[in-house]
Amino acid sequence: MTTTLLAIGTKKGLWLATSTDRLTWTLSDPHFLMQEVASVGIDTREGRTRVMAGVLSYHWGPTVVYSDDLGATWSEPEHGAIKFAADDDAAVERIWQLHPDSADRPGVVWAGCQPISVWKSTDYGEHFELNRGLWDHPHRPEWGAGFGGAAAHSVAPSPVDDTVHVAMSTGGVYRSDDGGTSWTPRNKGISAYFMPDPNPEFGQCVHKIARDAVEPTRLYAQNHHGVYRSDDSAETWESIAEGLPADFGFVMLAHPHRAGTAWVIPLKADGERIPPAARLAVHRTDDAGSSWTRLDQGLPEKEYNAVLRDAAGVDTLDPVGVYFGTRGGTVYASADEGATFTEVVSHLPDVLCVRASAVVGS
Amino acid sequence: MGATSGGVTVLIPTLLRPLIGDRSSVPVAVESPVPLAQLLDTLHEGYPVFARRIRDETGALRRYVNVYVDGEDVRRLAGLSTPVPPGAEVMIIQSVAGG
Repeated sequence: MTTTLLAIGTKKGLWLATSTDRLTWTLSDPHFLMQEVASVGIDTREGRTRVMAGVLSYHWGPTVVYSDDLGATWSEPEHGAIKFAADDDAAVERIWQLHPDSADRPGVVWAGCQPISVWKSTDYGEHFELNRGLWDHPHRPEWGAGFGGAAAHSVAPSPVDDTVHVAMSTGGVYRSDDGGTSWTPRNKGISAYFMPDPNPEFGQCVHKIARDAVEPTRLYAQNHHGVYRSDDSAETWESIAEGLPADFGFVMLAHPHRAGTAWVIPLKADGERIPPAARLAVHRTDDAGSSWTRLDQGLPEKEYNAVLRDAAGVDTLDPVGVYFGTRGGTVYASADEGATFTEVVSHLPDVLCVRASAVVGS
Repeated sequence: MGATSGGVTVLIPTLLRPLIGDRSSVPVAVESPVPLAQLLDTLHEGYPVFARRIRDETGALRRYVNVYVDGEDVRRLAGLSTPVPPGAEVMIIQSVAGG
């Protein structure tokens, strides 16, 4: 019997839920109560399940912790898993992303942080090295901060070669073709309507990117207004917003196995960050954005809370599970790729991060 | 001020005591006034997790960590350069923040 783990990072702690049918869930007590958990990575490579969390105490600062026993115990590297060197003249403010790489790169975990920086671990997330290529990039002084802070929030390594895509707010999408040594902005076609030049080389406020499961040169992007697809590894982007009720939002999820399938959760607008007409819905495309299907079965009639960029995730089961949480603290799960949702829990603090996976090894 | 003779007493906030040997106060030997940064360096020896809770990688006090030397907020004095004389009491406390 497969057990699915659902990790829910919130503004005031981490909750872990487990289920054998993805319909009924057993919820843990809070871990790290009163600390913000903005990032979770679930690593199921090599026959065991490691949960990593980027935890932030507003008093005592950020840190990375991990558990190999589904949260029964946690370990924190003594000297800190992610930290700048003394001469970098910078301090990590928040860990936005913890992303285990593919199965044939054991031990590799990527992190995206605030201030805008990318980090790579080769020991399963216990220690990370700063990516110097991006940190020393000449554009860095010109990158800006979104409302949530200036961060690299998406790190997407290609499973087939040394390509890595990073998305930052604000700065846009950058691509490395050499495993992270050098980086070039790749935003052609993505609008930055809020800037004097609405089509700059960089400076876009990309909210989330996701890579297609089957076509590694295909990516999807939810932008600060604008939903896009690239079929050429981000050389060019084209709008796929037609058919959606709004082109604003934060979430972009790609199917883990099937080509052309992705999910978004639209919000009405920059100036009205609620579901359009307060009707919460997930939208799925099965044809790489040519058309969208509205999915709202099991969701409330009225919802005035937003869903943040990492507050949504998919598992890797068949059919794929889709999960998301709101700033109002309600988490929904779908065991059928979004066709129907059930409520996992409500009244949690603001949900910042949702990740799910079949449990391996325990 | 309750300090040990010839040394400085550092009072540890409850939440951080497990990170420094479950102690509520830690004596630090000081023979003459030392800058607060140096005092913290000594206090932190052997307790790297505790150290990261108090100061970030640049060495700066974390924004919502307050340190008082004999009842005076060091941010109103000379910050991490504030001299800490033998016999002083240093209090580390989290500020009122959050919601």
